[in-house]
Amino acid sequence: MGGTANLADMFQVRLHGRGGQGVVTAAEMLSVAAFLEGRHAQAFPSFGSERTGAPVVSFCRIDDKPIRLREPILEPDALIIQDTTLLAAVQVFQGLGPDGYVLINTAKSVEDLGIEAAVGGLPEGRVRMVPATDLALRHVGRPVPNAALLGAFAAVSGLLRFDSVEKAIREKFKGPIGDGNVEAARAAFEAIAVPA
Amino acid sequence: MLKQIEGSRGVAEAVALCRPEVICAYPISPQTHIVEACGELVKSGELENCEYINVESEFAALSVAIGASAAGARSYTATASQGLLFMAEAVYNAAGLGLPIVMTIGNRAIGAPINIWNDHSDAMSMRDAGWIQLYAETNQEAADLHIQAFRLAERLSCPVMVCMDGFILTHAYEGIDIPDQAEVDAFLPPFVPQQVLDPADPYSIGAMVGPEAFTEVRYLAHDKQIQALEVIPEIQSAFEEQFGRDSGGLFHTHHCDGAATIVVTMGSLAGTLKDAVDELAEEGPRVGVLTLSCYRPFPKAELREALKKAKRIIVVEKCLATGFGGIVSTDLRMALQGMELIVKTVVAGLGGRPVTRPALKSMLRRALKGELADLHFLDLNRGMVDRELANQRKGIATGPTAENLLKDVAIHGTGA
Amino acid sequence: MHETKLQNLSEQQKVKFYQKGTFTVGNRLVDAETRSVQASDARSNAITSGHRACQGCGEALGARYALDAAMRAARNQLIAVNATGCLEVFSTPYPETSWQLPWMHSLFGNAPAVATGVAAAMRVKGRKDVRVVAQGGDGGTTDIGFGCLSGMFERNDDVLYVCYDNEAYMNTGVQRSSATPPAARTATTPAVGDKPGNVFGTGKNVPLIALAHNIPYVATASVANLHDLERKVTKAMEMEGSRYIHIFVPCPLGWGSAAEATIHVARLASESGLFPLWEAEHGEIIATLPIRRKVQVEAYLKTQRRFAHLFKPERDEVRIAALQRMADHNIKRFNLVREEKETAI
Repeated sequence: MGGTANLADMFQVRLHGRGGQGVVTAAEMLSVAAFLEGRHAQAFPSFGSERTGAPVVSFCRIDDKPIRLREPILEPDALIIQDTTLLAAVQVFQGLGPDGYVLINTAKSVEDLGIEAAVGGLPEGRVRMVPATDLALRHVGRPVPNAALLGAFAAVSGLLRFDSVEKAIREKFKGPIGDGNVEAARAAFEAIAVPA
Repeated sequence: MLKQIEGSRGVAEAVALCRPEVICAYPISPQTHIVEACGELVKSGELENCEYINVESEFAALSVAIGASAAGARSYTATASQGLLFMAEAVYNAAGLGLPIVMTIGNRAIGAPINIWNDHSDAMSMRDAGWIQLYAETNQEAADLHIQAFRLAERLSCPVMVCMDGFILTHAYEGIDIPDQAEVDAFLPPFVPQQVLDPADPYSIGAMVGPEAFTEVRYLAHDKQIQALEVIPEIQSAFEEQFGRDSGGLFHTHHCDGAATIVVTMGSLAGTLKDAVDELAEEGPRVGVLTLSCYRPFPKAELREALKKAKRIIVVEKCLATGFGGIVSTDLRMALQGMELIVKTVVAGLGGRPVTRPALKSMLRRALKGELADLHFLDLNRGMVDRELANQRKGIATGPTAENLLKDVAIHGTGA
Repeated sequence: MHETKLQNLSEQQKVKFYQKGTFTVGNRLVDAETRSVQASDARSNAITSGHRACQGCGEALGARYALDAAMRAARNQLIAVNATGCLEVFSTPYPETSWQLPWMHSLFGNAPAVATGVAAAMRVKGRKDVRVVAQGGDGGTTDIGFGCLSGMFERNDDVLYVCYDNEAYMNTGVQRSSATPPAARTATTPAVGDKPGNVFGTGKNVPLIALAHNIPYVATASVANLHDLERKVTKAMEMEGSRYIHIFVPCPLGWGSAAEATIHVARLASESGLFPLWEAEHGEIIATLPIRRKVQVEAYLKTQRRFAHLFKPERDEVRIAALQRMADHNIKRFNLVREEKETAI
């Protein structure tokens, strides 16, 4: 595991993806999971009118104190990258601190992706990959990687319990779709928490 | 019950708890999620005894609300930006008729150039229409203000606009405590209209009034707003007693006691400003923040009292009176005339430009050193403006300004 | 309470008849069941005397007949919403009102939407007995209020909308509307130049557009046939959903016709075929009123100074013929002449 994120200060997550991948929903579910653990959380989208396929950013702040701040997240503590095609198109790593976390939806390695320069300085275990789209296809039947990435994020950051993530997913997705998303998230969580 | 939900959802649930009888819906970003959620609450049966009407324009949305309210039904609608302008005629009409309609504004800029993002230009364009205008700082306050708004509107027979920042609040997920139905019922009595269309007692409503009485009609509308300055704090107290939150009122203060410099603002910007001034307090004198909750009526006397010991007021506002400067700051200068203090205008966040702590702190440092211009545009890209001005000096047919600036961004980026 | 109030009203303002050599007022020679609403002095007198309409105002006449019939059909449980316009202005000169029913004026272009709101309020309050009428002139209906009107039709809101068509913006001083006929002189289509008066075009036929919404009831009516007008209003009031009645109401001031000729002018409009009288249910025309004694359009045109330039200084044969073709097209389309007995003027 990547360790436990420090919550003495606010923890800020920026999510990058493309329209249709559930980027905004992911941030919302993340905030719900944190809320369920008694924390203050604030999720918001990049306020665009983006159509399917366009780059989309969403944000989530988590804190033990009430959150007053309304600016976009400029210096994230963690990045969730839902689509590797964005690595070349958008400055996804902008503002990431030296102790940051990076979670990428891919089966490839840092070297395969050619992002050593951007993430090379991060501490051991802070950059993790999970094939979330594959997991979603297997468990949900649709290429929507957001729930799986949240499962993985819980494991990477140590910030959230898996059962909170599960409840947050079930708030958004009812019935069999909810079950499938929870299974995808569980598979991703276990892939990170219990390395093969 | 405390819930982690979208601001729009929270407002829809709060509105539903007020038992509206007619809700008119027309989509416009960024308020759309509010009327969508209202529709779901009606269609699912959670909100009973309510007519939900999908109309063909914002003009119709408010007009349907006007008819419903005049016929004695508690009426609600929501809009933003161009939608508010499209219904402008009905906005004035609802106030002139004294109909206690509650309307949410998901504050958004006005085009051209078309822009869906947040600022306060829309609500400001209607500031003199005769509606009470309340501004929410957080989604909790937005939800609470709606519950207060119905009571306020019906008490005075005057329409109320609840303004909440588009996207920044409407689309943000955060914790909102949604009260129980019984609590809201205890706070908000059933609607007893001051005037009503009733075949048992026929009135003519909306007849023509000529010069012989028009001034008096308008004076009474003004007087009603002045009464609101007393009623709003009363309702705030009653709300706090019932629900335990001090949402609403005329304004909120943050470390204003003893502060020589106080920033005045409205809406969600207050949160970022409070963080900025708290961080700044580590390096220099305390700067206070005063957040206006009630913009119309404008609480002149109350603001004079609250700001009487300050030496420097900086109004950070998300609107611009083109060709003049600030709008909120102009009202404030009028309210504070004769007092020995200076008032600076900072125009910020137009069309969704992020207002960040670094930008605010940098501006405040300059203000504390007395270096701030009377009218300051936060984060203005001076290079971009100067290049376009130079371009325009070349001749007449230089093309559309917005298009030119987009090309400039492509060449120079947004940094310089 | 209302009963008493109405009784008091009728005592205070006893309805009087000034019948002069015509049966139009009340058909009191026919049996009681087929008499018109206006034949009874117990009628509601929805818009009472003392208003400020001009002499010979077709709209005042049409509104009184329409609303009295609607009130009787609704057993006086009626609310009226009025668009801005002559009717609104002349009926409510501050601080007086002619309306003997709950009446509301909001704006020029929103009467259908306001009526939708009133109807929604009545529905939510369980007042099924209270019915709603919206009314406006042609400007408020066919132009500025058209979006709201179409929206009301499309939602099939439970409102009877009555348009009083005097074919121009009379309240503001006779400007062209989309209901102004070709060649007519108005303040914005003056009788100057080589094509004096309004343009020849298709115009906007709002009754047919209403028909296309497939609403329960659409009818055209005229102050020339008040019995037919009352019958149509009464029938409309017996139905639910959106209903539309478009009433032809001459404006002596705007048209340059004699004040005492309003009924005559309206009759010529129908008898020439220029203003066909028909009714439709759910998108299908179910009846048209045949022309009793067909006249040439010229007879109609000559009653009004707004068409004077067609005859002076010389006859404009081309445009008179074009107007005649319009009338002939209506006669054919709506099957207005059932027998071949055209009478020369």
